[in-house]
Amino acid sequence: MTDTALSIVGGLLFVAGAAFLLLGGLGLVRMPDLFNRIQAGTKTTTLGTLLTLAGAACLQPDWSLKLLLIGLFVLLTNPISSQVLARAAHRMGLEKSQLTMVDHLAEDTGERS
Amino acid sequence: MHQVQRVSSFFQLFLTLAIFWFWLNGSLAIDVVVVGLIASFVIAALFNGGLSAFSDLQPTPKAIGYSLLYVVFFFKELVKSNFGLARIVLTPGLPLSPGIVKVRTKLKSRMGRMLLANSITLTPGTLTVEMTGEWLYIHCVTVSSTDTDIATANIVSGFEHYLEVMYG
Repeated sequence: MTDTALSIVGGLLFVAGAAFLLLGGLGLVRMPDLFNRIQAGTKTTTLGTLLTLAGAACLQPDWSLKLLLIGLFVLLTNPISSQVLARAAHRMGLEKSQLTMVDHLAEDTGERS
Repeated sequence: MHQVQRVSSFFQLFLTLAIFWFWLNGSLAIDVVVVGLIASFVIAALFNGGLSAFSDLQPTPKAIGYSLLYVVFFFKELVKSNFGLARIVLTPGLPLSPGIVKVRTKLKSRMGRMLLANSITLTPGTLTVEMTGEWLYIHCVTVSSTDTDIATANIVSGFEHYLEVMYG
């Protein structure tokens, strides 16, 4: 009985995780420039991966502790890689979307925005 | 003073690495223990002065309580940010008004600032692009205000409230 309930919950978590990952992929295609793409990518992959890991933990309870550890790694490394990518892109002077309203960083570092 | 700091930073890193190693292995066989301890020791010696999970954490009960509240608040924001992003991506007109705004943090410790920058990256429509001292440059999907004080209140204050007690 608990097994069935757990596998249903696990399946639902998998579907939810996959849905967020799909939205992230859609965001990557639709967003106008690199910074907005990174935004779409980071948030959705983090939650999507965590939900998938939680789903896996429901289906294979023995793995829970290790999955928790993987989740922790994802939580700590995902935002750092995004931040470094964004910073590198900004330092390279990558073109920003026409929609961009303000860029304090470019103003402060003396580049032209 | 410097000597004490170096030794304590070494042990913090060593302990963090060793805990992760044993957690991941789930075994206390003699070879696993020996390899884990040697590897943790070498890495901690090479990267002395780096950050670890315990760096700068305030050892008060209040800080531990706030850590738990912080985790709850963080996940709430993460879910909110995903729904916000989903809404933008699924709207045909793609309602964006992006920009990079400057905000200021009150946090002094390196670990506190790192967690703040990470948390901002994972929460609604914001991405940390650059950090210099107390200034953070945040890319926003929708810029609410270009004023530093108002942007600080909107973006930073929520997390700062917890991190200030945890790390100072």
